[in-house]
Amino acid sequence: MSIKLEHVSYVYMPGTPYEKEALKDVSLEIRKGEFVAVIGHTGSGKSTLVQNLNGLLHPSKGTASLDGTDLSGKTQEAKQARGRIGMVFQYPEHQLFAETVYEDVAFGPRNLGLDNDEMDARVKEAMKFVGLDFETYAQRSPFSLSGGQMRRVAIAGVVAMNPDYLILDEPSAGLDPGSRRAVFAEIMALYKKRGIAIIMVTHSMEDAAKYAKRMLVINKGQIILDGRPGEIFLKEKNRLLEVGMDIPEVYKLADALRAKGLRLPNEITDAKLLLAEVKRRKGLK
Amino acid sequence: MLDITLGQYYPGNSFIHRLDPRTKILSTLLLIVAVFLANTAIGYAALCAMVLFIILVSGLPFMLVLKSVKPLLFIIVLTLVLHAVMGQGEHVLYQWKFIKVTEEGLQLGVQMAMRLILLLMISSILTFTTSPIVLTDGIEALLRPFRVIGVPAHELAMMMTIALRFIPTLMEETDRIIKAQTARGADFSGGNLLVRAKNMLPILVPLFISAFRRADDLAVAMEARCYRGGEGRTRMHQLTYRSGDVMAFVFAFAMIGLLAFLRWGPKLV
Repeated sequence: MSIKLEHVSYVYMPGTPYEKEALKDVSLEIRKGEFVAVIGHTGSGKSTLVQNLNGLLHPSKGTASLDGTDLSGKTQEAKQARGRIGMVFQYPEHQLFAETVYEDVAFGPRNLGLDNDEMDARVKEAMKFVGLDFETYAQRSPFSLSGGQMRRVAIAGVVAMNPDYLILDEPSAGLDPGSRRAVFAEIMALYKKRGIAIIMVTHSMEDAAKYAKRMLVINKGQIILDGRPGEIFLKEKNRLLEVGMDIPEVYKLADALRAKGLRLPNEITDAKLLLAEVKRRKGLK
Repeated sequence: MLDITLGQYYPGNSFIHRLDPRTKILSTLLLIVAVFLANTAIGYAALCAMVLFIILVSGLPFMLVLKSVKPLLFIIVLTLVLHAVMGQGEHVLYQWKFIKVTEEGLQLGVQMAMRLILLLMISSILTFTTSPIVLTDGIEALLRPFRVIGVPAHELAMMMTIALRFIPTLMEETDRIIKAQTARGADFSGGNLLVRAKNMLPILVPLFISAFRRADDLAVAMEARCYRGGEGRTRMHQLTYRSGDVMAFVFAFAMIGLLAFLRWGPKLV
């Protein structure tokens, strides 16, 4: 069970003076159950990459496939395969359109051709997943909600399609810290409970370090680093700085402490862990 | 989606690119007059040579300019066929039952088609070599004298500038929304007109909401920078005529003179 990119290149507006090669010969496999963070500076090709992953863009060269089915095909099979890969765009709340929250969340399942009972169940489940009370919100207009709530409705709309792979393009952009935490808690719950793959584009090194098991660093349309976030942050610091990225603050602090002679294990993924380690080393409670 | 040639600027730094926008707009109008004056094969040949010459000078790929004819290809072909079939005349070239193709009709049809093709090519050279913003500057400058009779030149130009400025933004937005709804399994093809209109709702509603949001933001941003209309407003790029502009005008008037001569002057052949 995996999405596979084989030697994928993607060119925007070929044959015009605005021609731009956004992906260059990228090969990649993402298996079900992975949590992948995609980082890279603006214009590095992240968005193009994830859109090739779910068949919204079709590779100019190479192939993108899900379990052997070409995602750019026109067959029913290809369409179904694309349906198994959900995508939450940046600022997904800008895509809400229906009169009620219920109708908006039901849009995807309805397009899948589910019957009413099944659809109803999916909507309820999805709303529960993103922490929106069905009784309170189902019949309200999505446009009367707060920004954070609108985003959750939009995410619920994709979750309701029961994707095996979920792509999130900066799911926390523009949210306040509270909503941010809530959205991530929901994503993690979804990941753990359903065992799906999550592919998350992010600008936040902290989020990548905290949630992802695998990290892809994109620069100029190519994957330059691919591995565990902890390892990349530890070993490839200079490379990351070179391409305009950074390492999380916790790693910086741990680095500084190591420089001062404190012996710390390699993998310090968050502040709590660091604090515990420092206390242990210093014999503090 | 992004394949609209008319009104798409083709960056460059040729003689034509550097002309004052007012010159380009007025010359385009003059050349259009010249096209309407043509009524002989020699006239059309001269016009074709002229268009080729301008394309050569502008450094535009010939195929790009030719492609601007495509959106109206159907109408051009229809014009040609209708004139050929319906035209009255004595020299019958081909007859099948009541359908009669005459030499005169065919001639008129070819003439009309040529006219349309030349008009499209000439006007698209204008938009290919002039960025929309510069073009509106030119229009504003040309309309300014008409302010005395109540033409709101500045306001019209500002509206055009804003509209042009937001075309790519809204197209990008549309593209994004279409993708997002496609990812949710939306199908925009098939069905009768009513079904199709209904299928468009998931695109149109978010698009309108975002357009209003942007309009609001823009209005606030303009107010915050003390925008209060065209009164007393100065500009960063002053438009000035240069020697090249004079040459362009001479060229355009020469074309009109030539075509007028071919039309009304003594017959050469």
